[in-house]
Amino acid sequence: MSIERREKWQGAALVAPALLWTLVFFAVPFAGMALMSLAHLDGREIVQGFDLGNYLKIFTEPALRRGISVSLEITALVTVLSVLLAWPLAWIIATVVPARWRRLVLLLAVLPFWTSYVVRSYSWALVLGEKGVVMNALVGIGLLAEPVQIMATRAATVIGFVHFFVMLLTLTIYSNLVQLSPNYARAAQDLGASRWQVIWHVILPLTLPGVMTGAFLTFVLCIGDYITPQILGGNNELSLPQLIMLQLGRRGDYPMASALSVVLMAIVTLAYVASARWLKMERM
Amino acid sequence: MRALSWAYLIAMLGFILLPVAMLVIFSFQDGRLPVPPLKGVTLEWYGKVLSDRALMEALVNSLLVAFVSALTALVLGFLAASGLARVVLPGSAWMRGALIAPMTVSYLIVALGLLQMFGQVGIRPSLLATGIGHVVINLPLCFAITYAAIGEHQRSALKAARDLGAREFQVLWFVAAPMLAPALAAAFFLAFTFSWDEFIIAFLLTRFDVTLPVEIWSMLRSGLSPATNAVGSLVFLVSLVILVALELTLFRKGAK
Repeated sequence: MSIERREKWQGAALVAPALLWTLVFFAVPFAGMALMSLAHLDGREIVQGFDLGNYLKIFTEPALRRGISVSLEITALVTVLSVLLAWPLAWIIATVVPARWRRLVLLLAVLPFWTSYVVRSYSWALVLGEKGVVMNALVGIGLLAEPVQIMATRAATVIGFVHFFVMLLTLTIYSNLVQLSPNYARAAQDLGASRWQVIWHVILPLTLPGVMTGAFLTFVLCIGDYITPQILGGNNELSLPQLIMLQLGRRGDYPMASALSVVLMAIVTLAYVASARWLKMERM
Repeated sequence: MRALSWAYLIAMLGFILLPVAMLVIFSFQDGRLPVPPLKGVTLEWYGKVLSDRALMEALVNSLLVAFVSALTALVLGFLAASGLARVVLPGSAWMRGALIAPMTVSYLIVALGLLQMFGQVGIRPSLLATGIGHVVINLPLCFAITYAAIGEHQRSALKAARDLGAREFQVLWFVAAPMLAPALAAAFFLAFTFSWDEFIIAFLLTRFDVTLPVEIWSMLRSGLSPATNAVGSLVFLVSLVILVALELTLFRKGAK
């Protein structure tokens, strides 16, 4: 055997275990799920078949269709809010905060990242509850006559999500900002641009790839998350992942859960296609 | 603009740190509800949590799954990365894409697919099933980090070792692994953290031997309690210790 061919065989042998794992425990189950979405439930029996009934139901039955729009609305709002809040924060940490405090401030700004995800949602339930510290403060200073219900509403879900994704986006945007050469800003200033103009016309566009990558990540993680809407949003309106879990739990409707998952997957794929030209995944 | 910047920074830090502060403060609550006012300070809840057998078992399960699945994902990812960095195989780009693909899929979907497949072939929900799922989600990460760390310099060192007659496993163990140690450590700790904190896969793929996030989830059903605060604070403390250790060892070295 030639050396080159032996090299190729060895290379292939090294890749094989990982590919095999991905094939057996990811691709095959995924294909199985796609197949399952075409079956239907007869009583408690799963009848394999090839019918699009589940998909038809998703787009006609109000409760299911509502799930898609609830998820899309929450995710869109969370993504936009998180970017708007995180960009100035990342910029301030990168430019206004003195260099020797920078690392500490950044560490503080992403500290809750290191708590468990379930616990983080629970802590917001503590804070936002009727007896929580926010209501206490608002009533205390006289802004509100009596506590308002935030828990078990969409607002609570959005706050919980924004909290998490602001941290994520601050990290991605910050790393983008510190990589920029200061010469761009200097050149713009020398040419007579004001500070705001420098930010708006020079720095902001240069961070756009990082922002888009972070926003895409936010979108994907947000729309697929079950924990935050379940703990904070409650059962008044159900997001797509909550609907999927409901199908699994209540009557073991695997076909419908699978169909909903395929729809969820399709939404993410569409989002990827729509934003692909701005994404710099290799930078992550 | 300076004053405005500082005001914004402080407001945002307040927003970001508020829930964690409340979590920790009210884990010491001398009362049954972890909400203001703070009636007094007690360690009672910590004592309760640390002597809770179900919780401690879940903790051990979580550590076990996180360690084994992170290590498996690391080994698979490392081998694949060194293979793909070594030779250009037909379909290399396609293979890279396939290895990264699970990263773009929500955990819920990974869990659901495995749940159905395991059900059909008769694998019961268990720690093993959960571990397999965690390797699926962490393999892309470990592969990507290791692959990105293999540059031109590393490639030529590996080639030199081979030309000098080292066998393939010797190249991997004595040359590649030490050279890529920072990336491998980073990948391992990230994978460990993700598995340790992962909920939905563990929730769907375990039944009796649950992991910590699942056990905490079932604690939530009984409503707000300082005991839950105490567990949450402990988990936070453990993560902080790991973070500080990493900061002092790995990242400091990397920065130099």
